[in-house]
Amino acid sequence: MSVIVPLTLHDALQALAEAPDATLLAGGTDLMVELNAGHRQVTDVVSLSRVADLCTWQHDPVRQVLTLGAGITYAEIATEPIAQWVPALAQAARTVGSPQIRNAATIGGNLGTCSPAGDGLPVLSALEAVVHLRSATGSRDLPFDEFMVGPKRTARLPGELITGVSVPVLDGWQGYSKVGVRNAMVIATASVALVTDPAARRVRLALGSVGPVILRCPEAEAAAATAVDFHAASVSDSAVEHFAELARAAARPIDDHRSTAAYRRHAVGVLAGRLLRKAFPNG
Amino acid sequence: MADPMGHHEQYALHVNGHTLEVRDAWLGESLLYVLRERLGLMGSKGACEQGECGSCSVTVDGRLVCSCLVLAATAVGQQIVTIEGVAPVGSPSDVQQAFVDAGAVQCGFCTPGLIMAAHSLLERSPEPTEMEIREELSGNICRCTGYGRIIDAVQRVAVSRRDGGAR
Ligand SMILES: Cc1cc2nc3c(=O)[nH]c(=O)nc-3n(C[C@H](O)[C@H](O)[C@H](O)COP(=O)(O)OP(=O)(O)OC[C@H]3O[C@@H](n4cnc5c(N)ncnc54)[C@H](O)[C@@H]3O)c2cc1C
Repeated sequence: MSVIVPLTLHDALQALAEAPDATLLAGGTDLMVELNAGHRQVTDVVSLSRVADLCTWQHDPVRQVLTLGAGITYAEIATEPIAQWVPALAQAARTVGSPQIRNAATIGGNLGTCSPAGDGLPVLSALEAVVHLRSATGSRDLPFDEFMVGPKRTARLPGELITGVSVPVLDGWQGYSKVGVRNAMVIATASVALVTDPAARRVRLALGSVGPVILRCPEAEAAAATAVDFHAASVSDSAVEHFAELARAAARPIDDHRSTAAYRRHAVGVLAGRLLRKAFPNG
Repeated sequence: MADPMGHHEQYALHVNGHTLEVRDAWLGESLLYVLRERLGLMGSKGACEQGECGSCSVTVDGRLVCSCLVLAATAVGQQIVTIEGVAPVGSPSDVQQAFVDAGAVQCGFCTPGLIMAAHSLLERSPEPTEMEIREELSGNICRCTGYGRIIDAVQRVAVSRRDGGAR
């Protein structure tokens, strides 16, 4: 076994080029659990947690784009200044694990694992985030919905690492809600991210933990776009109910050890309706 | 490629201000395992080995983390502080003393992790609200106390530090 701790992106990419099947390690909050339990064998590990280039963020005030390095932690996302630009992502971050977990867990690791229950992912989907991938020989950008291809399956190729993710900084209200069996330290049974974009007159909705991938809800989004009054911040009760119904219809949940499909379907409807009402508080 | 930090089966960790050699170790070992089994520092407790219980909490470069989720060999060159580094034996820190005074210690298994978490919380937020304390200690599970006395202990420290008590 080997462990490499590069300090620059160049060295990390070089290490990966020489061992394309090496295991990438960021905060370790997914990987070390598997390693400790003997569920995963590793031979070569490339640790990314001290690659300075991955632990930075940039806010471009002209294009209104925020780029988070893969090594940005949930603790950082939950606090200023990042929280003010992506409030829904900050809300999602606050629900992750515990302080110890948020201090270590990275957005790149959440993307790397790509669990349908990953709390950052519905927000990245609703924000139409772009995932940045890089290898020693090139780089490419993928929309989040093309990056996540299945439960814990991504479009990342051997030799590539996630360098970061870009999201738009929007003016409108946005939020994230999650249902779980308790408040702290809980994996989502069902989760919903709602993002409003007043300039484009759009409402974007993404569901977590109710399908093999994060699910966008084009029907619900289209219905909301015509039903809401962005200027008055209003929407009727019947439009909220219709929106919730369309969210339920978009879900593709399963029964498993955490919950039942029926409960999950119900839950995403409740959460979607509540979030739409919060975004447009006037009746 | 050359390993810039020279990690092989032998490496050194900075723990509580000392440089400690780790020999003949498997590189897949967690920091918790190395602290306890290789370096003889038994204060950090191992229970869940999956980051849920917080009893192995330490700081790495000032950040509170679960040592069971840190790959030890990646912590070379970083400053690790364990419960043994909080205060010398026989002269407890104010947080440790407050845990005793408030009756926040029962079986004691979770205590080292909670002391680490409480110190970390009070450094960032000297006068936390009860809600903040509950949130910030939510990564540390205690099966004995019901948490009331632990919260009480943290509040006692906040008050005595504000009133100029010694650390
Ligand atoms: C107690 C506990 C509670 C948790 N609670 C939650 C929760 O509430 N919500 C939630 O969403 N998650 C939760 N998790 C899961 C985990 O914390 C998150 O998925 C986290 O974002 C993983 O990030 P990491 O940096 O720790 O990843 P790591 O464990 O280091 O890596 C995870 C995976 O991503 C890959 N990877 C990491 N970085 C990159 C990169 N830059 N490029 C390519 N691949 C990469 C790794 O190879 C690995 O396969 C919890 C975990 C624990 C232990």
